[in-house]
Amino acid sequence: MTKATLILDDGSIFEGTSFGAEKDVAGEVVFNTAMTGYPESLTDPSYAGQLMALTYPLVGNYGVPPFSIEKNGIPGFMESAKIHADAIIVSDYSEDFSHWNAVESLGDWLKREGVPGITGIDTRALTKKLREHGVMMGKLIIGEVEEGKQPAAGNYEEINYVDRVSCKEVLTYGESQGEAKKRVVLVDCGVKANIIRCLLKRNVTVIRVPWNYDFNGMDYDGLFISNGPGDPDTCDAAVQNIRKALQGDKPICGICMGNQLLAKAGGATIYKLKYGHRSHNQPVRMVGTEKCFVTSQNHGYAVDNDTLGDDWEPLFINMNDGTNEGIRHKTKPFFSAQFHPEACSGPTDTEFIFDRFVALL
Amino acid sequence: MREDIKKVLILGSGALKIGEAGEFDYSGSQALKAIKEEGIHTVLINPNIATVQTSEGVADTVYFLPVTPFFVEKVIEKERPEGILLAFGGQTALNCGVALYQSGVLEKYNVRVLGTPVQAIMDTEDRELFVRKLDEIDVKTIKSEAVENLADARRAARELGYPVIIRAAYALGGLGSGFCDNEEELDVLVEKAFSFSPQVLVEKSLKGWKEVEYEVVRDRFDNCITVCNMENFDPLGIHTGESIVIAPSQTLSNTDYHKLRELAIRIIRHIGIVGECNVQYAYDPESEDYRVIEVNARLSRSSALASKATGYPLAFVAAKLGLGYGLFDLKNSVTKTTSAFFEPALDYVVCKIPRWDLGKFHGVARELGSSMKSVGEVMAIGRTFEEAIQKGLRMIGQGMHGFVENKELVIPDIDKALHEPTDSRIFVISKAFRSGYTVDQIHDLTKIDKWFLRKLYGIIQTANALESQDTLREIPDDLFRHAKRQGFSDYQIARAVFKEDMEDGEKAILQVRQERKYRGILPVVKQIDTLAAEYPAQTNYLYLTYSGTENDVDYVGDHRSIVVLGSGAYRIGSSVEFDWCGVQALNTIRKEGWRSVMINYNPETVSTDYDMCDRLYFDELTFERVMDILELENPHGVIVSTGGQIPNNLAMRMDEQHVNILGTSAKSIDNAEDREKFSAMLDRIGVDQPRWKELSTMEDINSFVDEVGFPVLVRPSYVLSGAAMNVCSNQEELERFLQLAANVSKKHPVVVSQFIEHAKEVEMDAVADKGEIVMYAISEHIEFAGVHSGDATIQFPAQKLYVETVRRIKRISKQIAKELNISGPFNIQYLAKGNEIKVIECNLRASRSFPFVSKVLKINFIELATRIMLGLPVEKPSKNEFDLDYVGIKASQFSFNRLQKADPVLGVDMASTGEVGCIGDDLSEAVLKSMLSVGLRIPEKNVLLSTGTPKQKVAMLDAVRMLAAKGYNIFATGGTHRFLEENGIASTQVYWPSEKDKEPQALAMLHAKKIDMVVNIPRDLSAGELNNGYKIRRAAIDLNIPLITNARLASAFIEAFCTLSIDDIQIKSWQEYK
Repeated sequence: MTKATLILDDGSIFEGTSFGAEKDVAGEVVFNTAMTGYPESLTDPSYAGQLMALTYPLVGNYGVPPFSIEKNGIPGFMESAKIHADAIIVSDYSEDFSHWNAVESLGDWLKREGVPGITGIDTRALTKKLREHGVMMGKLIIGEVEEGKQPAAGNYEEINYVDRVSCKEVLTYGESQGEAKKRVVLVDCGVKANIIRCLLKRNVTVIRVPWNYDFNGMDYDGLFISNGPGDPDTCDAAVQNIRKALQGDKPICGICMGNQLLAKAGGATIYKLKYGHRSHNQPVRMVGTEKCFVTSQNHGYAVDNDTLGDDWEPLFINMNDGTNEGIRHKTKPFFSAQFHPEACSGPTDTEFIFDRFVALL
Repeated sequence: MREDIKKVLILGSGALKIGEAGEFDYSGSQALKAIKEEGIHTVLINPNIATVQTSEGVADTVYFLPVTPFFVEKVIEKERPEGILLAFGGQTALNCGVALYQSGVLEKYNVRVLGTPVQAIMDTEDRELFVRKLDEIDVKTIKSEAVENLADARRAARELGYPVIIRAAYALGGLGSGFCDNEEELDVLVEKAFSFSPQVLVEKSLKGWKEVEYEVVRDRFDNCITVCNMENFDPLGIHTGESIVIAPSQTLSNTDYHKLRELAIRIIRHIGIVGECNVQYAYDPESEDYRVIEVNARLSRSSALASKATGYPLAFVAAKLGLGYGLFDLKNSVTKTTSAFFEPALDYVVCKIPRWDLGKFHGVARELGSSMKSVGEVMAIGRTFEEAIQKGLRMIGQGMHGFVENKELVIPDIDKALHEPTDSRIFVISKAFRSGYTVDQIHDLTKIDKWFLRKLYGIIQTANALESQDTLREIPDDLFRHAKRQGFSDYQIARAVFKEDMEDGEKAILQVRQERKYRGILPVVKQIDTLAAEYPAQTNYLYLTYSGTENDVDYVGDHRSIVVLGSGAYRIGSSVEFDWCGVQALNTIRKEGWRSVMINYNPETVSTDYDMCDRLYFDELTFERVMDILELENPHGVIVSTGGQIPNNLAMRMDEQHVNILGTSAKSIDNAEDREKFSAMLDRIGVDQPRWKELSTMEDINSFVDEVGFPVLVRPSYVLSGAAMNVCSNQEELERFLQLAANVSKKHPVVVSQFIEHAKEVEMDAVADKGEIVMYAISEHIEFAGVHSGDATIQFPAQKLYVETVRRIKRISKQIAKELNISGPFNIQYLAKGNEIKVIECNLRASRSFPFVSKVLKINFIELATRIMLGLPVEKPSKNEFDLDYVGIKASQFSFNRLQKADPVLGVDMASTGEVGCIGDDLSEAVLKSMLSVGLRIPEKNVLLSTGTPKQKVAMLDAVRMLAAKGYNIFATGGTHRFLEENGIASTQVYWPSEKDKEPQALAMLHAKKIDMVVNIPRDLSAGELNNGYKIRRAAIDLNIPLITNARLASAFIEAFCTLSIDDIQIKSWQEYK
């Protein structure tokens, strides 16, 4: 067993053993309280630049499903084409796995993809530290810790992760000859595959464009802005494009980063949460109703409710901390959610968001 | 927000029985708390007097009456509540509520059902309605057919194809259900099922599929959450109450998990639950195919477990939702800041393991199946699966130390034992691994998921590694730590390393402890906080683990806390009564300004509710773990006398470690527990006791028996099979018992005691302060000695004791209290014959009857005892039992109907699973209430009698005369018939099963439902053989016909219902008895 050490920026050290690729990494250390869904989370592009600690201690139990690509070019079981998280941090990794759909262990997968993993550390102590101090940068060192040979932990906020994970060219899904389908432009800030699946399931054509692509001249019926990693303030190009779209009346929907970019386009500001929401159990309430939803979330930034312009209002509010969970335009068909209605992983209660969007087209 | 309601009636579940146990005290208590804080007047009907929910200050008005439509209607008529809660008293309350709804009683008195509407309950309870309802939303159920006769059952089974499962509709916990592989087995099961219900369900069996449960909550605004999911270690085919259960699920992927979650929510929305329910699934291990097994539209054993597993108070929330709140109105009761509308995130794993007591029953079938036999359960918490399951296996308290390093099991056929699971299957798996079986082989035989098996195999590998070491010092640090993270106890490590050389286990544990501490290998304390540390918790719900480096709580070391040791798993002989005692101790400690700390691991209890104390350690009650906690907690002292025998047994060892044991000293406890020492003390102070001797050869036994004469009571120290003790009436019985049940040797001696027949048994429950009795209660058994005190029917105050007897008992008790310098609760059992008094047993702790006498007398014995143990001054209460104008009866609840093949006969070993306590203006009224509360019915017209020995026949003569005078038709077997004839009482003779050619046959009459009550008194108290009497008794149980097997109890019951009719029973609340 190879030793592995997690060193946080504040100097705290957690020692465990390595179970993934033997490679040192640095990044923002975040915790996720979901109890299932490590294949989905690891391939979620929103985790780019982050070392993901799972609070649920037993990880790896059901192995990893095959990395298949469906006919339409979308992965069968994963959320993107590769692991995006920079590392995974767990308490009790299980090399033994058992599931009819598993083809390899989590450790083997991490090794294949060159991503390190550490097990055997007190993830609860780590989580409490992050909760009290806020997320911080950290390094994962495999093997003996040697001064001077460690990867440099950069500044998470300064890096445009969206640019790293977005598609580089326009891709089209669900186009079929002779059928007149509604056309949805999907701004890819690091889109999860299940957003595309959810749209396709509702019989629309999806035109996936790079994050900074100016789609305003395209022929489309609705605009969808995806999730994505990092600081929304690094995505000004996307905000400018969306702002143009706001002049029109075509329906716009956003998820996660999409919520933040839409809010910014509408004039609101964004701030960084102390330790973010990364879990399957975030309660949100639809403003002005008695409707509540358990949602899957993964975000470190939030829209400042107080800065929403006169044309906008909160659509959902987090029932735990009162933060913004979605916005809507008071008159036009523009709305967005900070949580993940596409789930994958997590609860599926809010998939109706896609129905609402498609109904507006 | 809530509905406008001022008075609410809540139905309890009655006596603890298999399938319906302490979990409903927990859920009912929480519901009452939730309703009371709204300022609503609460009325509770529950005859279970030992519960916390029937204690002062919990409900406003309490009725110790049967939870049956008849009595509930009477209470409604009197109390006129506006609302009724049906979901908190198990199947008993639910069935009663449905009956009241259907008969129009609820409508007549304008009582609203709060929470889930009755129609929704009926939709889930009636199998056909249920399937139809789920078909409407395309949710798959197990294909089954409801039939109303045997022919249809056979046809249905042929069409579905064997194996099939048979279930009785509307029956709790799988009563009257089972698997059948062919028509022969089907015939037997179907008949039995029809005796419980007019409708029987034949279903296709899905043996081998995974079994997964979700606990779901919905408010009236249609907001839904799933609080917890749980996966059974044992695949489908074993009742979930008999399964080892893990939460959260371990082998489900995100897709699996959320597919079932989404279905669960869709189902409860469609059914219209308001409150809580659980959905049970069968899940294909090879695809995403599923079937819904059932939906329980009420709080259940699983919901109690889920509450404890997650920290989410399901019953409390369900009660609030019943009052009309939305989930968004309520706060998470752990963080106090976040919303109750959320789904807990666990950062640990819990493991529930059932506790069986099948060894207590003669002839019982040990195979596990689709109906429940376990009497209790434990929940273990860890940060690895191995840690949780090894802790759990120790917690069940059957002498096991974990998955490995146990006493060698003798398994003649491992394949069979794996394939046909019994109560010891988990240990068979251990044995199989040690015998060279592979994970694949065991999987093929058990269908247990390979993930679980591989984890268990990992424990075996660690054991092997430890066993290759010869000294503790040699164990590498990594291995030592790894073993502790896998839940190895110090004892297991000692045994693995020292092997055959280990003589003194207790000493070895201390050696390992020392070595471990020297190396700095220590457990850490973690908090259960519902959100996996995302938000800070305001409560102290704790467990210990070796997977961690940091404690979640601070230790101030101010010695201002008092630790109360709990009572562990419910089992025969230790149940909700000790939970009551523990809770009273905690309440008193808090009230007196100390911090209260509880250690216990039973998910069915109120004492493990995190708001009952300042710190709850949901962990083991082993010496190792208790010392771990005490060393961290550094309390003022420890209370060992309110949790039954488990804490009592730790007293001496803790004392040796200089733990401050509050109240009676450990040395005194030892002097009472140690037979030799206690006996010597009695001799010294001139107190009589039945003669006894510890003997190790047959010759010595025979010569002792020659001295004292038969019958004798024989207690082996090492039991092979069957009951642990027995009464032997003659040489043949003695020899047979010793051969069958025990190995007599120097190493395993037996204790033989003189057995005094036809003696009264009297209990003294008391509290003393520095050797002086402060308060006492003397109660009297209805049955003569020979029936275990836990099974006996007890009257308090004593009704038929001589004044002189009482005087002597008081005097002897005083002497003993002084001699042992008792400070705290104690109990002494006496035999009284004439005015001769003998001491049978003395326990320097609270006894089973403490809640009963406390509530009848309305003086809280435990509060008094706790104050004494805290060193506070107490005044002798001015009231005593001789001032009471009413009588209390404590009666036992048996669960023989669950225990296939067991002989339903009472003896010196305890067999009851629960009890009730009822109060009446006179003895007959109290007897009648209590007998009806434990499920007996007043017979309509036909009674079958076989009344045993001549002495017993005489004892019952007056009662039988009353039956005859009352116009009952008496049917009697040969001897009894002749005896009645001689005494001028008319009866119809019926024949034993052995009298084959004669008519009418007793058994046939039972099967034809022609008998309303059976009194069958066994001739002697020896081991029940497969004889005539057994067949009659067993048939009565299987056909759900009231059965009494004791002459004195039968007489009391008959006298009660012959002098009083059910309408004469007064509907008086506990508060009205003054």
